Amino acid sequence: MTSVGVSHRRKEGPEKLCGLAKYIDDLSLPGCLHGVTLRSTINCGTIKSIDFETGFPWQEYVRVSAMDIPGRNLVALIEEDQPLLADRKVMHPHEPILLLAHPDRAKAYEALKHIRVQYEALEPVLTMEDSLAVKRALYKENNVFKSFLIEKGDIVKGFESARYTVEGEYRVWHQEQAYIENNGMAAWVEPDGTVTVQGSMQCPYYIHKALVKIFGLPEEKIRVIQSATGGGFGGKEEYPSMIAGHAALLAWKAKKPVKIVYDRAEDMPATTKRHPAIVRHKTALDKNGKLLAQDIDVVMDGGAYATLSSVVLSRGTLHAAGPYECPNVRVRSRVVATNTPPNGAFRGFGAPQTLFAVELHMEKIARAVKIDSLTLRRRNLWKEGSTTATGQVLSESVGACEALEHTVKKSGYVRKVKEYASWNRNAKKKTWKGVGLSLVHHGAGFTGSGEVYLASKAGLSITEDGRLQVLAASTEIGQGTNTMFSQIAADALGVPFDWVEVENPDTKFVPNSGPTVASRTTMVVGGLVRRAALAMKEALAKEGLVLKTPSDVKKAAKLLCGSEPIRRFIVQYEKPAEIVWDDATYKGDAYGAYAYAALVADLEIDKTTFEVKINKLTTAQDIGKAVNPLLAEGQIIGGTAQGVGYALLEHCVYKDGAMVNGQFTNYIIPTAMDTPAMDVKIVEKPYSRGPFGAKGVGELPMDTPGPAIAAAVNFAAGVWITELPLLPERILKAINETQGQR
Amino acid sequence: MKLKVNGKSRSFAGAPFKRLIEVLREDFGLTGTKEGCGEGECGACTVLVDGEPVNSCLIPVCSVEGRRIETVESLGNPGKLSPLQEAFMERGGAQCGICTPGMLMTATAWIKGGGSAAPGAIRECLAGNLCRCTGYQHIVDSVARAVKGKGGGKRR
Repeated sequence: MTSVGVSHRRKEGPEKLCGLAKYIDDLSLPGCLHGVTLRSTINCGTIKSIDFETGFPWQEYVRVSAMDIPGRNLVALIEEDQPLLADRKVMHPHEPILLLAHPDRAKAYEALKHIRVQYEALEPVLTMEDSLAVKRALYKENNVFKSFLIEKGDIVKGFESARYTVEGEYRVWHQEQAYIENNGMAAWVEPDGTVTVQGSMQCPYYIHKALVKIFGLPEEKIRVIQSATGGGFGGKEEYPSMIAGHAALLAWKAKKPVKIVYDRAEDMPATTKRHPAIVRHKTALDKNGKLLAQDIDVVMDGGAYATLSSVVLSRGTLHAAGPYECPNVRVRSRVVATNTPPNGAFRGFGAPQTLFAVELHMEKIARAVKIDSLTLRRRNLWKEGSTTATGQVLSESVGACEALEHTVKKSGYVRKVKEYASWNRNAKKKTWKGVGLSLVHHGAGFTGSGEVYLASKAGLSITEDGRLQVLAASTEIGQGTNTMFSQIAADALGVPFDWVEVENPDTKFVPNSGPTVASRTTMVVGGLVRRAALAMKEALAKEGLVLKTPSDVKKAAKLLCGSEPIRRFIVQYEKPAEIVWDDATYKGDAYGAYAYAALVADLEIDKTTFEVKINKLTTAQDIGKAVNPLLAEGQIIGGTAQGVGYALLEHCVYKDGAMVNGQFTNYIIPTAMDTPAMDVKIVEKPYSRGPFGAKGVGELPMDTPGPAIAAAVNFAAGVWITELPLLPERILKAINETQGQR
Repeated sequence: MKLKVNGKSRSFAGAPFKRLIEVLREDFGLTGTKEGCGEGECGACTVLVDGEPVNSCLIPVCSVEGRRIETVESLGNPGKLSPLQEAFMERGGAQCGICTPGMLMTATAWIKGGGSAAPGAIRECLAGNLCRCTGYQHIVDSVARAVKGKGGGKRR
């Protein structure tokens, strides 16, 4: 069969292109009220009183505070520390305190101006340094949400035998997901008492779990439906549980449907961001530049509540040593509490931070040992048979070398290093030119034993009228889930692509296939879809039926459904016996497989404005198998563009612990003109346990631009900047400092 | 007041300073036009007024009285896509789809105005429309394909 590997057209494309796809703000609900959120204006303290202005028509409004919550005041995730509505204690700016709903959206917002909250404010903890010093205890006694330790070999011995020792410190800040559709959720209560929410989301079952606890209702009395979702990038992983809880409480109290749709100025400062991080490296090398020891220290800023910080840190920790073999490794990491809005999931999930550090550190090593960074990478990169920092032996599907060599050749990297060095010596030129390289790995699926705990289920069904539908809670958020699932199911079942449909993620109809995160949808859930389709195929084969024509499908429907309206083939994740992971020691197979990417950034810097213009990005990415090459390329180009923003433009300005540039006017994401042309090569080193050889692709491209662009800027301007974003003022400052030292 | 929306005469009797986007979405039920930022930065709300692309989140409806408005709903339908929409299908120009209506309207004006198929020129034309999914390249490819008079057709 020939569906996998073909760039089939996006399943839901026509509806999106005609403006017919219904995003949550497009959904018309008769009698719907508009919900708004009153948020804290302090970082840390106690609510003394909430005063409602007398004379304001409060009788027109529905109000909900923490007291109204029928179940637990909690956004259930990993820890149970984050309230749905602040009850006395405030931990960060923009923390939700009170909800209001009104039939008129403008009047709902107007009311917020007529409420006065009196606080007793405490001195906040705003930086990682202050948190580690326990300036005030925000979480347990030491402010550490989670810490990890990876140890391999003996780093003391490694440093003893070193010819070179190189140290460096690297720093990255918040990044906003900046999906173009703001967060939004609608809720209503069905006549049978089922609390139902519909909205923009990545993870229907995360919301389901949260609502069960908020309402204290049995699971079957909560229903979560995804509407068309205008981008996620992690920003709609956990925060939608909060908004769903708010909308559902208002609807439950009002006995009417309620919609909460954030505007940009609320969404940006109030919802989650990428974790800021400080990463320190100390590296031992022999005379040939072979790694002898890596000692790495990672600190991340989790914000005020634990949310997903422990798993973000886990992924960051597991990627901190880069795709390099080193006999002696120690990675120590922790994520700490501050009185800032919680940071959370964002494409890459901790890895872009630590990979930025290790890859830029390769450039520092190159300067110190006087071996170019390409040669250094070639001498140390993972090959089949290499052992990672956690002791995982890479037995297959290691495309690091292919990705690197293709990218280097196609980009003309070696030639440009020489050419641009010569260009930059010419003082008459109006620009400096630079070229920079990065090489990364990215584990697909949940970390370590995460997939075992998830125990995801997905399926394929056939209805009595002969419709074939993929059943999964994995959401289409632009990345192509619908199309990719259809291709996998079609090939496994042996039918044309067009015969397969995908059921809309709705907890009433689809099993829990886990969250739409962690580059797991193709590799893990796609694998389940394939198995489910094979199960259906086998059931048909037993009846002597092979699906060749539409009338065969009608026959199959009759055979498989019998007197029922639908027959479902549901399969559950099974851990391959040979994948072994120990959560206690952080040793073993951290991920089933890694995808690999290399990128060369070719840029110039204006000598007057210090503005960076990227002329070309060249990349090769080993994703095992591109189920749909056009969609996979779309993921690579789109993720790389987000990485370009992270590297050059995107600067969340925080004042007193809150983002103050929460608008597209002054939080700058790349436009079509800021984003260069990209040359993308997909490398396919198949992974035997992925469907048709596929690994993950979603997050991988986010990892490469930061370090490659920083290396290129440093090369061009003759500076050593170790922090993102590379704003013109930062480059100017570095040039002034460098010249001052001369 | 009277407006001509997608070739049909429409009348509006509400507040004259209501934003055009709200009139289109709430009063006329044309929810294909999206709001991303409310301040004219993202371009998701782009519609054509007398053939020119404008941010419908920034203009009061009274300022377009009697003028010709075109929204994404004027282009095609799932059974019969316009050549530009076909090109977007073929070259992967839409991902999450939220910026797509605005992109399509800006590109429609570009093509009708005789814009070129050169990638650099198309990037400049689309610079007022933000997209967070695609990295723009497939959108640029889609528009270039449509400029050259090719819509759908042979698969890659």
